[in-house]
Amino acid sequence: MSEHESFGPDLADVFGPSQSDGGPELVQLLTPEGERVHHPEFDHDFSAEELRGLYRDMVLTRRIDVEATALQRHGELGIWAQLLGQEAAQIGAGRALRPQDYVFPTYREHGVAYCKGVDPLRLLGLFRGVDQGGWDPNENNFGLYTIVIGAQTLHATGYAMGMQRDGVVGTGDPERDSAVIAHFGDGASSQGDVNEAFIFAASYNAPVVFFCQNNQWAISEPIERQTRIPLYQRALGFGFPGIRVDGNDVLATYAVTKAALQRAREGNGPSFVEAYTYRMGAHTTTDDPTRYRLNDELEHWKLKDPIERLKVYLRRNGLVDQQFFDDLDAEAKEMGHHLREGCKALPDPKPMDQFGYVFTEMTEEIAAQRDGFAAYLASFEGAH
Amino acid sequence: MSTTQKITLAKGLNMGLRKAMEADDKVLLMGEDVGKLGGVFRITDGLQKDFGEDRVIDSPLAESGIVGTAVGMALRGYRPVIEIQFDGFVYPAYDQIVCQVAKYTYRSQGKVKMPIVIRIPFGGGIGAVEHHSESPEAQFAHTPGLKVVACSNPVDGYWMIQQAIAHDDPVIFFEPKRQYHADKAELDESATPEPLFTSRVVRPGTDATVLAYGPTVKTALKAAEAAASEGRNLEVIDLRTLSPLDMKPVYESVRRTGRCVVTHEAHVNLGMGAEVAARVTEECFYSLEAPVLRVGAFDMPYPPSRIEEEYLPDLDRVLDAVDRTFAF
Repeated sequence: MSEHESFGPDLADVFGPSQSDGGPELVQLLTPEGERVHHPEFDHDFSAEELRGLYRDMVLTRRIDVEATALQRHGELGIWAQLLGQEAAQIGAGRALRPQDYVFPTYREHGVAYCKGVDPLRLLGLFRGVDQGGWDPNENNFGLYTIVIGAQTLHATGYAMGMQRDGVVGTGDPERDSAVIAHFGDGASSQGDVNEAFIFAASYNAPVVFFCQNNQWAISEPIERQTRIPLYQRALGFGFPGIRVDGNDVLATYAVTKAALQRAREGNGPSFVEAYTYRMGAHTTTDDPTRYRLNDELEHWKLKDPIERLKVYLRRNGLVDQQFFDDLDAEAKEMGHHLREGCKALPDPKPMDQFGYVFTEMTEEIAAQRDGFAAYLASFEGAH
Repeated sequence: MSTTQKITLAKGLNMGLRKAMEADDKVLLMGEDVGKLGGVFRITDGLQKDFGEDRVIDSPLAESGIVGTAVGMALRGYRPVIEIQFDGFVYPAYDQIVCQVAKYTYRSQGKVKMPIVIRIPFGGGIGAVEHHSESPEAQFAHTPGLKVVACSNPVDGYWMIQQAIAHDDPVIFFEPKRQYHADKAELDESATPEPLFTSRVVRPGTDATVLAYGPTVKTALKAAEAAASEGRNLEVIDLRTLSPLDMKPVYESVRRTGRCVVTHEAHVNLGMGAEVAARVTEECFYSLEAPVLRVGAFDMPYPPSRIEEEYLPDLDRVLDAVDRTFAF
C-alpha cells in the first residue's frame, strides 16, 4: 500500500459518478415520469387537495418568473433573477413552513415569498430599482432578499437563537414551537459566512434548517468547483444531519423539509437539506449560459421538469379535470396582468425621502445635507 | 443622596453593561471569551455569573459569525452587545457590519431597527504583537448607517455604553484599551449624563483648539498642561462622537482661537482629522489664522511595539503642531 493510499480512496472516485442524477441517497416520492414512489423515512399522505394546491403554487410561481423575465426584456426591470426549474424546491420548502416560522431568503426565493404571502409585485421593486426590498420582514416572517452571498445564513442562525431565548422551541405546543429556514445555493456553500453559520447553529443547537438549492451552477461555475463531495454530506462534519432530496420533486421536498423543520421546532437542532435541482434559466437576465454549458444538459433536465411530473400524476390518477386547468390558467393570466400593470405603476422613490431611512431618526448632519440638496434643487425652480 | 466612587475605565464599562442588562432583558452580550473569563480585558467580568449563559454568550471564534448572528437577534427584537476582542480582528466581520448592520434600516425604509452595539478595544501603547494596536474608526465612520463613538475616560465609559445600548441605531463603540486599567476617576451614578452624540470641551483655553478622542484625549490634556507652563492656553475638546460629528463646540472654539490641531492614533491620510479639518475650513474660514493641522500615525502599518512610543502621537508632537500653527 502506498503512502497516499493509506488516506483512503479519492472521494471524487467514490461520489463522482453518481452526482449527475443525484445519487442513490436522493429522497424521491415522485419520479420524473410522474410515478409515485415511497421512502421509508420521508413520506406524507398527500390528499388530492394538497396535490392540486402544490401544482397550482408551482404554476403560479413559474408565471411570476416568466412575467418578470418578460418585464425585464421590455425594460421595466433592470434585472431579474430567474427561478425556472426550481419551482418544486421552493414550493415544497415554502409550504412546509408554519406561520410562526421565519424565512431568510437569497434574491431568488420568489416561490417561497409567494408561499409566505408576500405580494409578488413587492418582489419587483428591488429589480426595478424603486426600493431595496419593499416589504416589512416582520409582517410575513420573510426577511429581505440578500444579495451578498450567504450572509443571510448567519442572520437566520441568530434569529433562531433569539427564538430559543423566547421559549418558542421544544415546548410541545405546535402553535408555538418555531423554526427558521435559511435559503442559499451551491455557490454560497463555499462562503465563510455559511460555514460559520453551520458552526454557530451546531454549537447552540439552534432551530434552523439550512436549505440549499443545489442548482448545479453558480453563474458560470459548476458544482465541481465548489465541492468534491455531495454537499449534504458536509453537514456531518459540522455535527448535524444532511439529507439530499430531489429538488424537482415537490412532494419529496415538502416531506423532507417538513421533517427537518419539525425536528428544529422540537429542539433537536439544525439540519441541512440539499435540494438537488437545476437552474434551467440564466443566473439572471444579464447572464448568457450558452457561454459555459452545453444545451444537452438543459435538455436532460427538461425531462425532469418539476411541474410536468406532477401534472402527469394528477391526470393519470384522475385528480383533476379540465376545469381545474382552465381555472388555473385564468388565475395565472390574472397574476400576469397584476404584475405587468402593477410593475409599471410602482412609484419611483422620492430623492428627499431617502435621507430619512438611514437611521431611525434623522441626524442633524443628514438633515443638513437634505436641506442643502433641496435648496440646490429649488434654485432651478422658475428657470427656463 | 449621591454616592460617588473611584473607578477605572474597565470598571466603568463593566458597571454600565450591568446597568443596561438590568434595565432591559433584551440586552444580550456576545463575544469571544466574554463569559467565564470575563473577556481578555475583563470588561464583562462577573456578568455571565449573574445574568446566565443565555444572556452572556461565549461565541465560537468567528467574528463574522458573531456580527451576523447579532443581526438575526436584532431582527428578533434583541439588543445584542458584541465584543470584538481586538481592533485588528474586526475585519472578518467587516462585510456583515458594512453590508448588513449598516444598511438594514435603510433597505427596509425604516421598518427594521438594528440596535446593535459593537464594542472594539482600540489603539496602541500596550506593547502588543501585531493586529492588537490598530485604530480603524475612520473605516466605520465612512460608512453611512453606522454611528461611531469613542470614550476616553471612566465616567464617559459608564454612561456612554448605556446610552449606546439604549440607542436604536447600530453603534460602533471604541474603547481606548490602554486606558482600561490606567487612571481612576470619580463616578457619581446619580448625575445626569450629556447626550451620547455630543462633543465636549474638557479644558477651556484661548490660544488654540486641540481636538482629540479616545486615547489621545489624555495626550492632548498633557500637551495643554505643558503649554500652559510656557504661557500658552490651549482649549481641548473631546470629540466623543465620530459619526455623526458634533462640530458646534468645535466651530465655536476655533472662531475664538483661530487655530486648530486634531490628533488621533489612526493614520492621518483620509482619517477623522481630514474630515474635521475640511469642516472647520468650510465653517471657520475667516477665523483661521493657520491651516488645520493633523497629528496622527504615519501611513505605514502599526510598527513593532518596541518603537510604538515613537510612532504614537505624543505630547511633543501635538505641541510641535500647535507651534506650527503659530509660526504660520
